[in-house]
Amino acid sequence: MKLSRTWAISKKELFHIYRDRRSLALVILMPAFLMLLFGYATTIDVKKVPMGALDRDRTQESLFFIQRFSASPYFSLRTFVQNEKEMTRLIDEGRVKMGLILPWDFSETIKAGNMASVQILVDGTDSNTANIILGYVQAVARQYTQEKTFEKVARLGTGHLQLPVEGRTRVWFNEDLESKNYFIPGLIAVIMSIIGVLLTGQVIVREWEKGTMELLISTPVQKGELMIGKLLPYFFLGLLDLSLAVCMAKWIFQVPLRGSVVLLFLLSSVYILTALALGMIISTVARTQLFANQMSMIIGFLPSFLLSGFTFSISNMPSWLQIITYTVAPRYYVTIVKEIFLKGVGFSFLWRETLVLSGMAAAGLWVVTLKFKKELR
Amino acid sequence: MFRRVRYLFVKELTQALRDKSMRITLIVPPILQLIIFGYAANLDVQHIRTAVRDLDQSVQSRDLIGRFGSSRYFDIVSFPQTPEDVKDLIDRRQVTLAIEIPSDFSRKLKKGDTATVQIIVDGTDSNTALIALGYAGQILSTYSTAVLVKRLNQAGAVGFQEAGVDIKSRTWFNPNLESRLFYVPAVIALVAFLIPIILTSQAVVREREIGTLEQIMVTPIRSWELVVGKTAPFALVGILDMIGIALIGVFWFGVPPRGNPLVLFLGAALFLISSVAIGLFISTISSTQQQAQISTFFFTMPAVNLSGFAFPIESMPQWVQYLTYANPLRYFLVIIRGVFLKGIGLDILWPQMVALAVLGGAMILMSSLRFRKRLR
Repeated sequence: MKLSRTWAISKKELFHIYRDRRSLALVILMPAFLMLLFGYATTIDVKKVPMGALDRDRTQESLFFIQRFSASPYFSLRTFVQNEKEMTRLIDEGRVKMGLILPWDFSETIKAGNMASVQILVDGTDSNTANIILGYVQAVARQYTQEKTFEKVARLGTGHLQLPVEGRTRVWFNEDLESKNYFIPGLIAVIMSIIGVLLTGQVIVREWEKGTMELLISTPVQKGELMIGKLLPYFFLGLLDLSLAVCMAKWIFQVPLRGSVVLLFLLSSVYILTALALGMIISTVARTQLFANQMSMIIGFLPSFLLSGFTFSISNMPSWLQIITYTVAPRYYVTIVKEIFLKGVGFSFLWRETLVLSGMAAAGLWVVTLKFKKELR
Repeated sequence: MFRRVRYLFVKELTQALRDKSMRITLIVPPILQLIIFGYAANLDVQHIRTAVRDLDQSVQSRDLIGRFGSSRYFDIVSFPQTPEDVKDLIDRRQVTLAIEIPSDFSRKLKKGDTATVQIIVDGTDSNTALIALGYAGQILSTYSTAVLVKRLNQAGAVGFQEAGVDIKSRTWFNPNLESRLFYVPAVIALVAFLIPIILTSQAVVREREIGTLEQIMVTPIRSWELVVGKTAPFALVGILDMIGIALIGVFWFGVPPRGNPLVLFLGAALFLISSVAIGLFISTISSTQQQAQISTFFFTMPAVNLSGFAFPIESMPQWVQYLTYANPLRYFLVIIRGVFLKGIGLDILWPQMVALAVLGGAMILMSSLRFRKRLR
């Protein structure tokens, strides 16, 4: 193994990257683009759920109750309707997702110190939103009931009564419960997966397609030198992308970076190698660049997006699918990035993930050297 | 005239389906997405792993813990002894929520004071944390009111009951709140969106790349015939792929087709105009197949995420919400979910149909004009 030959291959690859301006732009723009899209535009937070109200009581008390919903950031009162039919239509049209129906004796019942029955209609189409809506509604109702019960106690005049139990909540790691703090570190992991696989998915198959592989084969360059020489430039490009993404997360999206930056980059390096190895495998197996690209998208993109725990939490999946996620490298890296960003944990908490990723990287590179033959095909 | 279009039609279909990567694209990603969205895309929070540190060890504290343990939201998995243990459990992601009951809990309850219970939640996943806190708060306040009522009854106010509201909720269209019913129709829509875009853009660029587009131009074919011949086959493939995926959705995932399939087909037909128009447009800005792939990615990625596919549109910033009005997928998702889950018809879905027709018409016109210009 000679360093000069490895370096020569790297230099050649660097020229390729530099000359192919569109791919270079892609490498720089893709992280920024994805960060902006997911950082600004999309959130799984449920806010401003459009709601309609059917107030059969029309008193101060009923209006006051409705305002408990409309004044919260979770609901946005769109309209008061006159009858149930109108409400049905609004829900069918999707113009409101929640309907609140107060009975005609609402204030009377409350004043009498009894339980008024309030009906809630929820559009269950979007089950996640519906679940959260139901949770909010229950919370508002509990709060209201507690207050009214205390008012009733005060009217009884049995003396001053204390609230029996009070919960004090403390939220760790993401104090304001902002979803961007959860999303963006995961997104960094997804970006690295896509870039890594997409970048190296091309390197070998391109030489075959352009016919330059024959030239390379006729040179004294060895298999290992060729592999390492081709990986190195992309490894550094990956680090560049990582820096870009981390900077955007920290300064544009204000995600707290509590852990050690050095540790983040070290463990990321391991992951970049894993992703590049996967790309290399695709590149050695594929016969055309087009096919390699397609495979990179399917193998690199979909699992990292959907099975890594980035959007959908793994613990909610059926167990056979959970087992599959153990074979998905981004799963480990998503954990690493999130833990370092939000919890600031050290290596002692992350060695398992690192070990698995290292193993995957080594296995990947081993497969590549097995598959790649320095002879004409 | 129709003969020329027909020949082109057959040629395009043969060429596209002969390509292995295209055949894989037709089948693998949709099935993968169906599996994931059908089984895994569940944001519902249940069985939250919970630790309890009970310093009181009294009848009352055990009663409260029992209320947490018996609800389907919390699984009590650990009883740590020290605050450090609690911290360690959360750091190691063993538990998401920790409940700490202070040693004076039962004493304060008996004295009629307010006893405090400490709830610690791992906020990393904000969505789960928020929901977990909501459930915990509900259990605490239910318990609190129960204690209050008991106290009053003991204090002589016999028959005292709490006052307030009792919620009776009814969930429509998806009473068991299964997320697959929400996502599977969306995956079907995604197929009708992505497949024609990928196939159309690749078909045009492939010919440009290997130089056969010039050969076609010297034939007597007219440019509109070329546009139809280059787009219609892929709209057809798109709709067939969509039907295949829809059948899996109905028969395997049990998504009920409550509405009229003809309404869905009308919507799909209008929607496919936009899809092929986008594909044609991408072909005019790319000169190699790889560039077309990358442009497709940059175009469809925001389009899918800003459509209401997984992220609710109402939660987006206002200016992004305005952008979504120009997104054909947004309207088709309303149509496909409406037909599948709500069983609604044209009387309610006509605004979406009109929007799709207008958008599709404008897009195909623009793309064809650009396409013709690039031909010359």
